[in-house]
Amino acid sequence: MSEVTTLSLTDLVQNIKEKKLSSHEVTKGFIDRSEKSKILNTYITEDFSSALEKAKSFDNKPNFDLKLPGIPIAVKDLFCTNGVKTTAGSKILNNFIPTYESTVTKNIWNEGGILLGKLNCDEFAMGSSNETSFFGNVQNPIDKNLVPGGSSGGSAAAIAGNLTPITIGTDTGGSIRQPASFTGTVGLKPTYGSCSRYGIVAFASSLDQAGPISKNVKDCALLQEIISTYDAKDSTSIEFKRKSYSKELTNNIKGKKIGIPKEYRVDGMPKEIEELWTKGIEYVKNCGAQIVDISLPHTNYALPAYYIVAPAEASSNLARYDGVKYGFRSKGENLIDMYEKTRSEGFGSEVQRRIMIGTYVLSSGYYDAYYLKAQKVRKLIKNDFDDAYKKVDAILTPSTPSSAFKIGEKTNDPVSMYLNDIFTVPVNLAGLPAISIPAGLDAKGYPLGLQIIGKAFDEQNILNIAYAMEEKIAFKNKITDWWIK
Amino acid sequence: MIKDNSEYLISRGSNTYEVVIGLEVHAQVTSKSKLFSSSSTTFGAEPNTQVSLVDAAFPGMLPVINEFCVKQAIKTGIGLKAQINKRSVFDRKNYFYADLPQGYQISQFKYPIVGEGTVILDMPNGQKEVGIERLHLEQDAGKSIHDMDPQNTLVDLNRSGVALMEIVSKPDLRTPDEVSTYIKKLRSIMRYLGTCDGNMQEGSLRADVNVSVRIKGSEKLGTRCEIKNVNSIKFMQMAINYEANRQVDLIEEGKTINQETRLFDIKKNETRSMRSKEDAHDYRYFPDPDLLPLEVTDDFIKKLKADIPELPDDKKKRFIDKFKLSPYEATILVSDIDTSKYFEEIIANSDIKLATNWITGELFAVLNDKNLEISDSPISAKNLSKLINLIKDGTISGKIAKTIFELMMDGDKDPQKIVEEKGLKQESDPKAIEALIDKVITDNPEKVKEYKSGKEKLFGFFVGQAMKVSSGKANPQLINDILKKKL
Repeated sequence: MSEVTTLSLTDLVQNIKEKKLSSHEVTKGFIDRSEKSKILNTYITEDFSSALEKAKSFDNKPNFDLKLPGIPIAVKDLFCTNGVKTTAGSKILNNFIPTYESTVTKNIWNEGGILLGKLNCDEFAMGSSNETSFFGNVQNPIDKNLVPGGSSGGSAAAIAGNLTPITIGTDTGGSIRQPASFTGTVGLKPTYGSCSRYGIVAFASSLDQAGPISKNVKDCALLQEIISTYDAKDSTSIEFKRKSYSKELTNNIKGKKIGIPKEYRVDGMPKEIEELWTKGIEYVKNCGAQIVDISLPHTNYALPAYYIVAPAEASSNLARYDGVKYGFRSKGENLIDMYEKTRSEGFGSEVQRRIMIGTYVLSSGYYDAYYLKAQKVRKLIKNDFDDAYKKVDAILTPSTPSSAFKIGEKTNDPVSMYLNDIFTVPVNLAGLPAISIPAGLDAKGYPLGLQIIGKAFDEQNILNIAYAMEEKIAFKNKITDWWIK
Repeated sequence: MIKDNSEYLISRGSNTYEVVIGLEVHAQVTSKSKLFSSSSTTFGAEPNTQVSLVDAAFPGMLPVINEFCVKQAIKTGIGLKAQINKRSVFDRKNYFYADLPQGYQISQFKYPIVGEGTVILDMPNGQKEVGIERLHLEQDAGKSIHDMDPQNTLVDLNRSGVALMEIVSKPDLRTPDEVSTYIKKLRSIMRYLGTCDGNMQEGSLRADVNVSVRIKGSEKLGTRCEIKNVNSIKFMQMAINYEANRQVDLIEEGKTINQETRLFDIKKNETRSMRSKEDAHDYRYFPDPDLLPLEVTDDFIKKLKADIPELPDDKKKRFIDKFKLSPYEATILVSDIDTSKYFEEIIANSDIKLATNWITGELFAVLNDKNLEISDSPISAKNLSKLINLIKDGTISGKIAKTIFELMMDGDKDPQKIVEEKGLKQESDPKAIEALIDKVITDNPEKVKEYKSGKEKLFGFFVGQAMKVSSGKANPQLINDILKKKL
């Protein structure tokens, strides 16, 4: 089997269980392809030799009861991995090797997964194009000099480029769904509290959530059931009945009510997005679901509220990177001087921008006008969704207002960059689950995604809808392997 | 110029000033582990040996509230007769310092776990109520050590994350004596509850003092200055005295008082400016998104209430009502939990009046002299109880008891054994005493004559002589009685 890397996770698992493939063959396959794909710059840290050893030892003593039997998996470099450098895409953690494992990655290794390496991402997950990474931008396998989206750009590119069979990212304002949309892959942002945040480098604690990025919906469901566990080490982890999402996956969504929010028809939205959405509505109807027009009246305020709440939390979360205990330190005349030099040299400009915004909105005299007001908006946005869910089971929207853009196109215009998150951000503010699935191509042949937003803890439902739509859409990613000579 | 000690007023020219004091006490919660991590809190461990990944703020580490510390705070709130807030919120107080690994302290700002309460002070001129504004839970910072290395400041994170209760009083205190009594009362209540050991040397109890002055009779509060982290009651009193006079001087000179944070310099006995209000940190408080609001149920509070031991005020009332102690005696005996335990252990088997006198008299004198806490008393309650019983049943006299008491201090000796070994048993046989007295009368014919001729003061001389002949062992009551008859 020469092209193991094109197989879905589900197929790989089956092949290994049926002993048609060994873990070593699979791991070697992805490593070989990764080696040939360095130009994509998806990896910050490769852990290939260790992965091969683990694969061998799995093959020597295989356990086929595991859900990820000897499956190699590269993960976003925001997850702390015991003994393997974890940078969060930042110079300030360039030399940081954790002595502990994040709960989400631990769950994956417990099911037989094998760490391939750590994937590139925007610095501290702040960015929508993977261009803020200290380790350089990531190439989108879709086309040369195209951004893969962000912040989980390395993860999405690695899936689209067949460098890992499945991966995990984190999503604070769209960081899983937007890159999934830009790379023609599936990305799920679970309900807040579904996956433990323990051991994930924090960006904005009340919004951060880990989730899978995959080739298809079934793979996504399988990984979600593995990574979602209640964790006493995370006080915001929620105890609820977690389903076997992959087992219960069904394409029967007859009678489901799908809401179409009018506020998501934003000014200046490209026609192709409009058309994609219309097509999506048709697909859903064809699956037997019912379309309901709904209103989410405070949608307009979501982006400004997000860009207050997230930087506020980030400004505090990133205070620990001060050069005192670990990570990068610059020499200074005194403590304050050391702080200033360490943080201005250790953090990139986008991170500094957000720290400054966050510090400003929390300052006395501005707190009420910004932070407190943003929290009130957040509540209103959540209420909008609560009202909508009295009438519908899920909501269908585009994932992003455009397809992937060129590297460097938006780096000097942060506001236009922030607008990328316009459809994804409300979901994080409301703590809801949402999935992005590839639904079509634009005129340039770049993928476009549709987003299905669910009720809290109702991942099964949106996975089912995505599964049904996936079948109807029959999307094929056009990957030419342009980077492999 | 201080006019009156009980009132503590400051006079300048025709003006008389009153001093207004409020205290922010930081009390370390008695708990095996820290507020948000499972690291140990034992005092005096090797630097940086009690530090978890959470305490050192490693990437991705999250705080998890220690339920025991929450219980301790609520218990303390109950002890302060305070409102327990069923919902409280942890906030982040953001500032940079090398011994603050997170870059913020987790504290409670807007919604503390405990609201308003009261502490009753027993002052020489009566009781005084001091209002409690609030009590909240927060993390302690680590410790910066500036004097161990010539070039570098060293950081010890053992204390980082240890649970503190910040207890804020209303500006109800008026004199340095009230401040002292207030701190001691708080300490006493928390020691009864087992929620803080109150050890000021180890830093388990620290305070910031807010001082302002105003013309006596004025309703309006003056501008206050906060004196940071004064670590003993004596220094607190010195600092207040200096600060109040400084403020009065400024007013008298027509100058304004700046609201500021000041430091007390022990060596110079003065306070000096640390930072003005303008330079005050902007802590950018906001709710900690890593922690959900803390919610407790009525049932949870009820169960804790059921666990609250008898507290000093109630114990004092019981001692007065049941044991007929004077308010003064009762106040002393309940002031510290160990003293009250010592007392109650003795009176379980011994005379209350004698126990009261011996503890507040002889024992306290020894403890004061040797600068010991009652928990380190050289004489155990068990042995002091035996001594009191020996007095009560007439085996020894009070006078001999004092000799025995001295001997008991050497290794907490059993008084019974001392009596036996030294032959100090009181002579209570009337016949033997009669013989003694006969000897005294025979030996002192002159004095007998003088006595009989009306010099009744000489009675004491005969008692003394009889005692002397008996080497102090004769029962004084019997001597009195028999001597009266014989003379």
